[in-house]
Amino acid sequence: MTTTTETASQRDERMVEVGLLRRLLGRPELGALGGAILVWIFFAIIAPEGFLSLRGTSSYLEVSAQIGILAVAVALLMIGGEFDLSVGSIIGFSGAVMAMLTTEVGIPLYVSAIIALLISLLVGFFNGYMVVRTKLPSFIITLAGLFIIRGLTIGITRAVTGRTQVGGLGDAPGYNVMRLIFGVDVPIAGVGFPISIFWWFLFAALATWVLLRTPVGNWIFGMGGAEEAARNVGVPVDRLKIGLFMVTAFAAWLVATITVTVVKSADTKRGEQQEFIAIIAVVIGGTLLTGGYGSAIGAVLGALIFGMVRQGIVFAGVDADWFQVFMGAMLIVAVLVNNYVRKRAEEAKR
Amino acid sequence: MKTGKVPLIEVRNVSKFFGSVIALKDVSMAVYAGEVMCLLGDNGAGKSTLIKILSGVHKPDEGEYYVEGERVDFDSPRDALDRGIATVYQDLAMIPLMSISRNFFLGSEPTRGRGIFKRFDVRFADRVAREELKKMGIDIRDPSQPVGTLSGGERQSVAIARAVYFGAKVLILDEPTAALGVKQAGTVLRYIAQARARNLGVVFITHNPHHAYAVGDRFTILKRGRTFGTFTKDELSREEMVRMMSGADELEALSHELEEFARTDAMHAKGKLSEVEQQLAESLERAAKTGDDV
Ligand SMILES: Nc1ncnc2c1ncn2[C@@H]1O[C@H](COP(=O)(O)OP(=O)(O)O)[C@@H](O)[C@H]1O
Ligand SMILES: [Mg+2]
Repeated sequence: MTTTTETASQRDERMVEVGLLRRLLGRPELGALGGAILVWIFFAIIAPEGFLSLRGTSSYLEVSAQIGILAVAVALLMIGGEFDLSVGSIIGFSGAVMAMLTTEVGIPLYVSAIIALLISLLVGFFNGYMVVRTKLPSFIITLAGLFIIRGLTIGITRAVTGRTQVGGLGDAPGYNVMRLIFGVDVPIAGVGFPISIFWWFLFAALATWVLLRTPVGNWIFGMGGAEEAARNVGVPVDRLKIGLFMVTAFAAWLVATITVTVVKSADTKRGEQQEFIAIIAVVIGGTLLTGGYGSAIGAVLGALIFGMVRQGIVFAGVDADWFQVFMGAMLIVAVLVNNYVRKRAEEAKR
Repeated sequence: MKTGKVPLIEVRNVSKFFGSVIALKDVSMAVYAGEVMCLLGDNGAGKSTLIKILSGVHKPDEGEYYVEGERVDFDSPRDALDRGIATVYQDLAMIPLMSISRNFFLGSEPTRGRGIFKRFDVRFADRVAREELKKMGIDIRDPSQPVGTLSGGERQSVAIARAVYFGAKVLILDEPTAALGVKQAGTVLRYIAQARARNLGVVFITHNPHHAYAVGDRFTILKRGRTFGTFTKDELSREEMVRMMSGADELEALSHELEEFARTDAMHAKGKLSEVEQQLAESLERAAKTGDDV
């Protein structure tokens, strides 16, 4: 008995040594890490002054954070094998609800934010419930959601306020509390870094912990990899799915709350196309479109690439129109790289 | 030989209808500890439907289901699992992109710590997965490698090892050898024999008479949703088995099967198949003698 354990633990150590490089190569976020480094070097060379300064860094991190918060949640959902195209609309919806509750009803902004959170979670629940009940592709359900929620947001806001924007939140009751939590800049070496960056990192760390170190994370991978197989071994697939849609709705609310606080207004158009940009960031991060494989760290890197390119182009003095061309091309490259890396990961260990 | 003992699982006169399709009609069957019950029949005979009843996926429309003598009424596969009835599905057994140990523990993850620090014990999972597979004779180098890197036979074996580890008393295998080559099928058959040696009851579905004959103790033959009854190995020759599976009137099919026997006999002569079967026979004998691990 002792000998078996001994040889087992000896082998264990050897595995750690041999396996580390291999394991690293097999990680989904490897491509995105390489991409992020390349993009950074590229802009460091062509636009060193703006891009390398702390102020520049702060600005691209802030852009990355907005996408990153969404992308982390979308990564969890996509690893679980589903899509959510309604997150962009939930951003607009959640922000409008929050703003109107304060300007029209007169309750403090933080209370409005909590109510908006509950409503957003309900929307997420409804998305998940519809997917589970109808067994239709989540792509379709949430595509419908994209239009329905956006339409409702614009319709309701116009009916209530007569306009599509709700402004003047800076003087609203409870605004200062909100600013402290979602809108302050944290000074680092004399430069302010928006607190949203920290929310982004915290959310990503939490998601990574859940994915890699909890049973729920294992269920997410299992459900995305083979739903029926997961169900057959007792994974509560339906509840898990609904829960993941609620997580993406939560992320949309968080983004909405941050923008409403920073900009001091809500706009019914806010969040448009964010659902696609989040998906692109997630895919750049190495998550498979088919589910069952991916990472939250990858989504962070994907969002970082997004932010660096968007701000880097500005620093380099290039017309921002080219940004969309770049993102589209990046998506194709990422999917090709992912397929290749995954094949390698599967075969290298044979 | 089994009289007096209570079967691990038993169905009496179960039927299952899908609309106007009679998938199963008046089928009775029992499985005892330490035996391999082969469920035989052509495509569409109702084998999968029967095991879906056993594993809690379907409820029978008629008839009763007993587990260790107690009447049961399962609502889900989880209920069956909780009673120690584990099913390994041919194509749905494993998730290719997940690691072996994550697959092994999917749905029953080991944890350590409490409250919000409760976490998936990855080290424990890796260690146990490796140990359990070793017990089944598979030496995996790295339990964190994706299951997709394993061969089909190994995947089935991992699924079987998992079921055994989680305390399955009854192991239901739906055509585990269907998509496998001769050698790999041999591997899986060996694990079936091992599961029996550990006193599990095994329900083994196949429509390959060779595979059935290699490990089966008793045979239940289904044909178009009805049963011909259950036979022991002595009561049934291979040729009879094939005839019952395909029906006496389908002589054409029978002669085709017989041709195949002739062909495999030729392979025996070349020593290709016999190697596997010999190995099998040996392990079976040993298992029977010691009643212990092979
Ligand atoms: N879910 C279902 N709905 C309708 N018919 C089914 C269903 N499952 C099985 N059947 C029918 O029941 C019969 C038996 O099928 P099955 O149990 O899968 O056979 P086998 O596994 O022996 O090939 C077939 O005619 C099949 O078409
Ligand atoms: Mg079948």
